Amino acid sequence: MMDHAFYVYSAWGVAVLTLIGITAFTYGESRYLQKELKRLEAMGIRRRSEIKE
Amino acid sequence: MLANPTRFIGLATRLLPWLAGLTALLFAIGVYLSFTTERDYQQGDTVRIMYIHVPAAWLSMMCYTIMALSALGTLVWRHPLADVSAKVAAPLGAAFTFLALVTGSLWGKPMWGTWWVWDARLTSVFILFLMYLGLIAFNKAMDDPGRAARVSAVMILVGFVNIPIIKFSVEWWNTLHQPASVFRLGGPTIDREFLIPLLIMGLAYTCLFFTLHLMAIRNEIWRRRIAVMRRNAARAAQAGGDA
Repeated sequence: MMDHAFYVYSAWGVAVLTLIGITAFTYGESRYLQKELKRLEAMGIRRRSEIKE
Repeated sequence: MLANPTRFIGLATRLLPWLAGLTALLFAIGVYLSFTTERDYQQGDTVRIMYIHVPAAWLSMMCYTIMALSALGTLVWRHPLADVSAKVAAPLGAAFTFLALVTGSLWGKPMWGTWWVWDARLTSVFILFLMYLGLIAFNKAMDDPGRAARVSAVMILVGFVNIPIIKFSVEWWNTLHQPASVFRLGGPTIDREFLIPLLIMGLAYTCLFFTLHLMAIRNEIWRRRIAVMRRNAARAAQAGGDA
């Protein structure tokens, strides 16, 4: 039986939510930006440095 | 090599799966040890809060130190990715500082009998949290990324004075917070039973930070490329319309 269970589980709960939250946000943003980049490239839109090449 | 964004993206894309795997492995071992080691004879099971609180506090300071080095990279060496590194580290630092404050409060209530005291350690960490929020707000408010990078770099370097204050606050002033027990001149004062899970969780947090930092730098490079492409597309559309 764990003593001070409320404090231990609350602290771990906040930690899990925070760490999963920032990971999911960063990963989700990565997926969105990759898709958007591919969409723009498929439309034939290029950056200037790529146009010169 | 790291100054070239395209090469940086290639390197980050190759490194990220390995870093993410190592992070998951360290967390699996760290969490298992955190709940299977003995309880402390004085603190009981609340010692298990230490395994998530102390690494969060370490990372809150490490993240700001990386931001300060990046700020130097922006102002002194004019490294093209230094401002990106500093900008994307701020939300990560804010998250780790938030975690250190909340878990510390949840540890303080059963051990100290209070959620919060305005002592030197707690107050200086709270100021660090406000500094992170200020830098995030500043970066969001500025339209010119070049100007934002330079001003933000100066602000980061000025704010770095708070890091040694946080570290040594428990020695310079009378605080309710305990003094350093791991990274100290005479070696750790903490028993191996508790030290090993703590160090593994510390490594897991550090690997997670570098995984997210690399991913966030890559995201920012892509975001800037998308902005340029949208601008070019808008110009091309306008030129077509004028003709």
